[in-house]
Amino acid sequence: MPERASGSDLADLARSEISLRRFLHGLPGVDQVGAEARAASLATRSIKAGAKLWAIDTAISMVDLTTLEGADTPGKVRALCGKARRPSPDDPTVPPVAAVCVYPDLVPYAKVALAGSPVKVASVATAFPSGRASLPVKLADVADAVAAGADEVDMVIDRGAFLAGHYGLVLDEVRAVKAACGRAHLKVILETGELVTYDNVRRACWTAMIGGADFVKTSTGKVSPASTLPVALVMLEAVRDFADASGRSVGVKVAGGIRATKDAIRYLVLVNEVAGEAWLEPQRFRIGASSLLNDLLMQRYKQQRGAYAGSQDFSIE
Amino acid sequence: MARFTYAPAPESRAVVDLKPSYGLFINGEFVEPVDGDHFKTENPSSQEVLAEVGSAGPADVDRAVAAARRAQEQVWGPMPGRERAKYLFRVARILQERSRELAVLETLDNGKPIRESRDVDIPLAAAHFFYHAGWADKLAYAGLGPDPRPLGVVGQVIPWNFPLLMAAWKLAPALATGNTCVLKPAETTPLSALLLAEILQQAELPPGVVNIITGAGGTGAALVAHPGIDKVAFTGSTEVGKQIQRILAGTGKRLTLELGGKAANVVFDDAPLSQAVEGIVNGIFFNQGQVCCAGSRLLVQESIAEGLVEALKRRLETLRLGDPLDKNTDIGAINSMQQLDKIRELAASGEAEGAQRWSPSCSLPERGYWFPPTVFTDVVPAQRIAREEIFGPVLSVLTFRTPDEAIDKANNTTYGLSAGVWTEKGSRILYMASRLRAGVVWANTFNRFDPSSPFGGYRESGFGREGGRHGLAAYLKGALGSDRA
Repeated sequence: MPERASGSDLADLARSEISLRRFLHGLPGVDQVGAEARAASLATRSIKAGAKLWAIDTAISMVDLTTLEGADTPGKVRALCGKARRPSPDDPTVPPVAAVCVYPDLVPYAKVALAGSPVKVASVATAFPSGRASLPVKLADVADAVAAGADEVDMVIDRGAFLAGHYGLVLDEVRAVKAACGRAHLKVILETGELVTYDNVRRACWTAMIGGADFVKTSTGKVSPASTLPVALVMLEAVRDFADASGRSVGVKVAGGIRATKDAIRYLVLVNEVAGEAWLEPQRFRIGASSLLNDLLMQRYKQQRGAYAGSQDFSIE
Repeated sequence: MARFTYAPAPESRAVVDLKPSYGLFINGEFVEPVDGDHFKTENPSSQEVLAEVGSAGPADVDRAVAAARRAQEQVWGPMPGRERAKYLFRVARILQERSRELAVLETLDNGKPIRESRDVDIPLAAAHFFYHAGWADKLAYAGLGPDPRPLGVVGQVIPWNFPLLMAAWKLAPALATGNTCVLKPAETTPLSALLLAEILQQAELPPGVVNIITGAGGTGAALVAHPGIDKVAFTGSTEVGKQIQRILAGTGKRLTLELGGKAANVVFDDAPLSQAVEGIVNGIFFNQGQVCCAGSRLLVQESIAEGLVEALKRRLETLRLGDPLDKNTDIGAINSMQQLDKIRELAASGEAEGAQRWSPSCSLPERGYWFPPTVFTDVVPAQRIAREEIFGPVLSVLTFRTPDEAIDKANNTTYGLSAGVWTEKGSRILYMASRLRAGVVWANTFNRFDPSSPFGGYRESGFGREGGRHGLAAYLKGALGSDRA
């Protein structure tokens, strides 16, 4: 449903806390049962043969290959970057992934390892994953990542502020981070598992988009539940409607717990049938994952040759 | 060229073992009709002949009713409820076990998408047997009197839109309450009922408890007029329902009728709009709109009408019409040429009377009976498409300004089967539900069915309820509230 800003400049909405709040609460509600039924119905699509192969390659090209562990090392990041550039050493037809996603202090290593490749370096920032730090600290975190060469910044919103109804505060932070990003693309993590209701997810999406997000992203991967199909459905509706209202297309990134090819394909079906095929490209849809890539490679091999390869035929980073 | 073109994903037909010819199921056995008449049933999506089935004449109806009477008096009626329950549970389980086979057969014979037969028709049919199996030994506690008794032999005539599901709706409550049945499936969709007959054999249901006689309108007329039956249950057109009521007048036979509808789906400006769009689609395009409770009249609040229709059209562009056996098909074939002609005629009248006709860009297969999803806007209440039941994938969009105007327009119909209300305001749902004259009112959903929820209509949509405790009353003597039914 197009939720039109009805002529008024979207920026105007954010002029006061009151007008922003009125706008967000004026968005049509989301019926939980209906949204979940729609997502479940789309999950029954059966993607076979050539369509499956196309979907697998498209999914590979949309992966943000991610490592966000306290135990991460430069060596681990270099290994991941090698995989990102060329996911399958013996098959040059496999496309590279979209980006490698790391903590800010590891950006320089990723930058070097990915030099000369189309793979972007994404960095989480703003006191990821909790976002519990002051704005100056968050902005310093962003500046650090950008200075180190991050092409993309994945920020987290202040869920506490959002749940307390301080939408203006959330919006101001998104804007400040966007400014600090400079030319880097901004992905705004909503942490939908903490927002809980679909109404909240829709409102958080619009807040982030009005604030200048290039992507809205479901989750940090550190909170359960992470991305789910109905959450992605609500977010895809939001970016579609925002594009209708503003003319600007915002991307969607799903992250957390997506490990199997069939799950990735279900998300692509959702993108195709909800936001539309214009969103079926890495500039507009991403999948944050780590182990998913090997499953995609395994299913690709199976699809092409009719038999599964052994588990040791795919590199482990 | 679309970026993401789904490859064909057809469900295999191999799971179904189609026989070239089927007899009538009488007294637990398949027998040939006395006068040897047969007719053909075809796949409406390809016009391929699937099989020949027996055409029951008056002598066959006599045999079936006699078998049912014997079984009722000697076996099924005296049997304790807990024993009847075992048979019903067994049938329910076999329906689940053979669900793929039933779904494929239903799709072949009816033309509906496999997604629907697999996810709706067959699971619900099994659910009806499970639900009523649970009642069989608890009838004294159903609030229908201390010792409710079966009526005897029941003649049941069912339509072609949900062939197996309608058979389950009819048979399960009748059997749970100790009646025996003579069931006549629709002429264009007899096959799943005949497979059900095989399942009843597999469940070792005593002979004569259920008899299934195939045939056209004449078979149905002979059945409902037969002096040996105690009750008629009919689901189908209002026209035939009226004929049956005339035939039964003064005979003392019980009657329940579940007939046509022209349901209003009312969308307020504070509705969850994305889900309302889904509800509108599910309301009118589920089973190609060949649903008596279909939400064929969309009543939308004027302040959001333009945006809602735009969103609806965008959604309809994503519907996939084609091979009903393909797992990705959303819209299948119309069940028969006769039905297709009727839909075409009414759609043409909509255009002639000045409504705006729109369909998404989709190509129709060359063979078979097909009609594209169609939306009429600028519809006014005086047009035929706003009044007559189309029984096809055709939606008429009307607008309203206030809740009371919505109620007046929604109730401005000779039918009264179902209605939908879309609003996030709970009090408004209750306000509307108490004023809409419809047997079923859905709130923020549409076309949802459950065996525990009574289903049935007002006025020209019929009388009597199916499902729930109310549905039991329609098959019991001495049951409170059963006098009318």
